[in-house]
Amino acid sequence: MSLLKIKLSFSGGIELLFDNIKQKSVEISSSINSPNPTTMKDLISWMKDNLLKERPELFVSGDTVRPGILVLINDSDWELEGELEYEIKDGDDIVFISTLHGG
Amino acid sequence: MGRLCVICDKERAIIKRPKTSQQLCRECFYYVFETEIHNAIVDNKLFKKGDRVAIAASGGKDSTVLAHVMKLLNERYQYGLELFLLSIDEGITGYRDDSLETVKRNQQQYDLPLKIVSYSELYGWSMDQIVKEVGLKNNCTFCGVFRRQALDRGAVMLNVDHIVTGHNADDIAETVLMNILRGDIARLQRCTEICTTGDECIRRSKPFKYTYEKEIVMYAYFKKLDYFSTECIYSPNSYRGHARTFLKDLETIRPSAIIDIIHSGEAFEIKKEVKLPIQGVCKRCGYMSSNELCKACVLLEGLNRGLPKLGIGKTHRMRKIHGDMPQDTAIIPHFNNIKIDDNENNNVIIDESNKSKEKL
Repeated sequence: MSLLKIKLSFSGGIELLFDNIKQKSVEISSSINSPNPTTMKDLISWMKDNLLKERPELFVSGDTVRPGILVLINDSDWELEGELEYEIKDGDDIVFISTLHGG
Repeated sequence: MGRLCVICDKERAIIKRPKTSQQLCRECFYYVFETEIHNAIVDNKLFKKGDRVAIAASGGKDSTVLAHVMKLLNERYQYGLELFLLSIDEGITGYRDDSLETVKRNQQQYDLPLKIVSYSELYGWSMDQIVKEVGLKNNCTFCGVFRRQALDRGAVMLNVDHIVTGHNADDIAETVLMNILRGDIARLQRCTEICTTGDECIRRSKPFKYTYEKEIVMYAYFKKLDYFSTECIYSPNSYRGHARTFLKDLETIRPSAIIDIIHSGEAFEIKKEVKLPIQGVCKRCGYMSSNELCKACVLLEGLNRGLPKLGIGKTHRMRKIHGDMPQDTAIIPHFNNIKIDDNENNNVIIDESNKSKEKL
């Protein structure tokens, strides 16, 4: 097991659920769910337990993010990267953007 | 990983389009996004050369992207439009004052004249004061009714022919759902129109009618556009919130749901026997209304008489108890008496809210 250093960013209003922090570097285990490699699904659940400050239902829905929250992995739509199945790599840059806030 | 863009077949795809499932690279996405909006504008003949067009700007994602795209398309395709930013200051401390700062930055970035019209100036009440009076239950009704009229009044001051708003496909699908749920047939018929116009009223249109929210947000993200995103401090607005959550759940299962709902809304045909309200003008302020008095006038009368429920519940019964409006009650100035701004001021920020403060 090793540690993965990743960068998380929050915008579009979702930062309010994370103590109003827009960017955060975190270290997580490369196999939270040992022996399997850590995936986006593990990361979301880890974020819910370790980073989320309030109203978890506004961030997660079941084992994924709430519909209306966009996720980008290294500046690419996570729908192209395998979504929950994506295996986190060291140095990944993951962005969460809420689309649910006023226009 | 690293799938290629299905259009250019060269660059790495960065977005999966919700409408078509196409995988596109950044440049091809920009091109498709902008061109679809251009097509919506041209196919629906929204503008004529020389039109003066106000972009309703809140500082949020939709109107920020709208201002960016309108300016870009106007130059790229030579629409020949004169563009303005029009913002409404509802008077919500900690929300609108911050978002107006974003609009002021946009004004610099896009080099467009900006006009700000405030509720205090138009109605004599800010939203902060209204909430103190009415509480958090019906405040969104006041805000929505007042904003609609404020935009039209601001547009007259700017002497524009047309207002464009940032309503996107998700917003419209949500409104279709809400009108069905409320049985509001008259609005159900109107809400999918890309362009609406009353008899003497300024045209209003929605160039983003077919544009998904996801793409607007992705566009703003990749283009690093400067927008403001905080929920209004007074808006639980749960009915719309439920409709939105429902719609987003549907979109997750089947992304075309949004465009399909809009299509269903367009296809509704209302039976000839169904009575629809007849549009006239408010006898007090001259604004379009299907009743003798427009909603804004009744709501304002309620505020000024200390009867905030006057325009919310049973207006007739309230009038029976409390009588007609006393002569000296403040009303909204008549629509026909709105003064058009001097043209010379068009390149500066015309901030009426500050003007009225100076007067004090």
